[in-house]
Amino acid sequence: MKHRLLGAVAAAAIAFGFAATAEAKTLVFCSEGSPEGFDSAPYTAGTTFDAAGQAIYSRLVEFENGTTKTIPGLAESWDVSDDGLEYTFNLRKGVKFHTTEYFTPTRDFNADDVLFSFERQWKKDHAWHEYTPGISWEYFNGMSMPDLLKDIVKVDDYTVKFVLNRPEAPMIANLAMDFASIVSKEYADQLEAAGTKEMLNQQPVGTGPFQFVAYQKDAVIRYKANPSFYKGKEKIDDLIFAITTDASVRQQKLAAGECHIMPYPNPADLASLKADPNLNVMEQEGLNVGYLAYNTTQAPFDNPKVRKALNMAINKQAILDAVFQGAGQPAKNPIPPTMWSYNNGIMDDPYNPGAAKNMLDEAGVKNLSMKIWAMPVSRPYNPNARRMAELIQADFKAVGVEAEIVSYEWAEYLDLSKAKDRDGAVLLGWTGDNGDPDNFLAVLLGCDAVGGANRAQWCNEEFNNLVQKAKVTNDIAERTKLYEEAQVVFKREAPWATIAHSVVFMPMSKKVKGYKMSPLGIHRFDGVDIEE
Amino acid sequence: MLRFILIRLGLLVPTFIGITIAAFGFIRVLPGDPVVLMAGERGVSEERHAELMQQFGFDQPIWLQYLDFLRNVMSGDLGTSLVTKKPVLVEFMALFPATLELSLCAIIFAAILGIPAGIIAATRRGSWLDQSIMGTALIGYSMPIFWWGLLLIIFFSGMLQLTPVSGRISLMFFFPPVTGLMLVDSLLSGQKGAFASAVQHLILPTIVLGTIPLAVIARQTRSAMLEVLGEDYVRTARAKGLTPFRVIGLHALRNALIPVITTIGLQVGVLLGGAILTETIFSWPGIGKWMVDAIFRRDYPSVQGGLLLIALVVMFVNLVVDLLYGLINPKIRHVR
Repeated sequence: MKHRLLGAVAAAAIAFGFAATAEAKTLVFCSEGSPEGFDSAPYTAGTTFDAAGQAIYSRLVEFENGTTKTIPGLAESWDVSDDGLEYTFNLRKGVKFHTTEYFTPTRDFNADDVLFSFERQWKKDHAWHEYTPGISWEYFNGMSMPDLLKDIVKVDDYTVKFVLNRPEAPMIANLAMDFASIVSKEYADQLEAAGTKEMLNQQPVGTGPFQFVAYQKDAVIRYKANPSFYKGKEKIDDLIFAITTDASVRQQKLAAGECHIMPYPNPADLASLKADPNLNVMEQEGLNVGYLAYNTTQAPFDNPKVRKALNMAINKQAILDAVFQGAGQPAKNPIPPTMWSYNNGIMDDPYNPGAAKNMLDEAGVKNLSMKIWAMPVSRPYNPNARRMAELIQADFKAVGVEAEIVSYEWAEYLDLSKAKDRDGAVLLGWTGDNGDPDNFLAVLLGCDAVGGANRAQWCNEEFNNLVQKAKVTNDIAERTKLYEEAQVVFKREAPWATIAHSVVFMPMSKKVKGYKMSPLGIHRFDGVDIEE
Repeated sequence: MLRFILIRLGLLVPTFIGITIAAFGFIRVLPGDPVVLMAGERGVSEERHAELMQQFGFDQPIWLQYLDFLRNVMSGDLGTSLVTKKPVLVEFMALFPATLELSLCAIIFAAILGIPAGIIAATRRGSWLDQSIMGTALIGYSMPIFWWGLLLIIFFSGMLQLTPVSGRISLMFFFPPVTGLMLVDSLLSGQKGAFASAVQHLILPTIVLGTIPLAVIARQTRSAMLEVLGEDYVRTARAKGLTPFRVIGLHALRNALIPVITTIGLQVGVLLGGAILTETIFSWPGIGKWMVDAIFRRDYPSVQGGLLLIALVVMFVNLVVDLLYGLINPKIRHVR
């Protein structure tokens, strides 16, 4: 099979004119699911971002491959006004949109495309705000962009100014996210004139490294390299996503040479993947955290001492071994260690059941019984919540706390766990969107998020002030100091038991060169090559 | 016969109404809603939640939503997927041929092996051959499909490298779908090797999906055959001195096949509803996996439209089986 694929790829290139020569290089990615659509802005799933945002589109600002550092993209440079309210972007000249069977651009990328890409998400009366039935812009809303934006001004064809209502330090990182992908206004106009607006989501046009060729639902997505990509044409000629939802089958396909690279292996299969001489298993610490959130509004969990005692009863190392197969590290802070402003000076609460029991006694807690909520789904930050809950249950029993494990179907779990009067501690986690600490600390622990993503229902004035102050400060050094301080408050108050930061694995054929794993968990194939 | 057909068709109307209610109600009984799932761990504010539910039309009284659904169905509009924003009917039509192709192959495989196995078991009743065939059928019937599929992949695709792991055709072949049936489209494409590749990709999924029907058909054939072999006319045929082949092949089999055909028809109905596990293991883009995804995402229009379409297909198959049965066995026609 291994040899068959290469021959096959060459034949395909000839048969379909994917590339001029028989040596066309094709990279096959065994992706884990089907994209929801090919316009990334209306969606929230990483699978869609891989297939649309990363492959097809570019943004004003990009994440440097393999990091969370923001670098110029379609904007060559930008200036931020002293009050932090005006961001002026100088756009790159000579950037071409994809020429495809369904669209031939007559002009280069310019300010009109930027305005179109954002205004359609922002303005309710925009002709493209609801371009197909039931479309909504959840990431744009989730990142509070409607509250944040005051105006987007076209200064000239190659200069755009974003005016904000309040300073927002993570603004630049936000613009590197997939919802901020730039779509072609000229293409949209063509579709509108033809009365087929919905095709924007089915036959996409972008300025990214690859252009769309075809999608067979739930089976295969085909792309070819964008010959006029502004950073130069990619080394591979064709990119194929072979949609393979089961992890064991992905592994078999990779081993058989039916694909070159796969995401999300089963933790239990890692040993055999690593033993395969033809494969290379890359790994990276994920930008994630798995936690147990107490309901800090309910007695006795409103007492930080009780929360801290329970945290000290949990044997995190045992959890890492059993649930993460060792592929992770114990978490002491709510943000992962690879993120800037991570406060390494903080001491974790030691695992000490004896001390924990004494602390509970001191707090006057006797015969405590509680619920532990276990998620029904597997996530990178928690591959097996049920098992994790059982281990914590045993740990709690050792300090005299009876825990009952409850679980709900995922939709219900997400919904019920938000309730302010929720009974019990919830296992959940988070994978960062944009590499900014605000995306963890404010989103998951801010006062505004109580009754929402703040599952601990924890509103601490001191913590909240620090995080809010950091949000409106543009100086990185100062923000770092504020976030470090916030982590001290977090540790002292212990609204969560921070459990683990997991490691993410990416098995691939040894022929694949230049692949970089993104800490954000996105899969991008720009800069990747295949050795013949 | 006409009267029989008319009565049979008339029965479809209340069945259809019942199915619309079931399809509509089923997904709404499940807790959680599409907005919550879309927002994921981040969550969504109460106001935004209400706004989106209103945008989707889910804020209306439930009976009004149902009547809307029914009215739209009557005009051929099954709604638009909340996830892909594409019409449900378009999605179904894109995926159904894959399910149809695999189901037909699986049932043909099951019938070709199952009927002879059942006959052999019946004619050698009590022998070691009978016992091993029936034993194997029992194992096949209780086979955990996911494990079975993976086992075949690891052995045939992984170790022996004889068959591809998953998918419908090698990635080297790329042609627009015409019928959606890969065996047909690969021939129409005129590309060398395409048909062979499509066949190769069908082998393992066909075996896996055909395993349970194979067991059912073998057992059904055996018991039907045993019943018939005890009949007077078979004894007469034997007494006339006909060869065992003629007795079994001509006289007994014809009558024994009637219940077997019903069984096959019902199995086709079951398979066309989508084979969730087989489709998942073999990355087969069919309607079973599509429905499961839609349920998990609470994609109401896809679930209710999809269930309705699947039910229509099953109803159609059952109708055909009933009519065929009526044709083969005139006694049925006169039953009211």
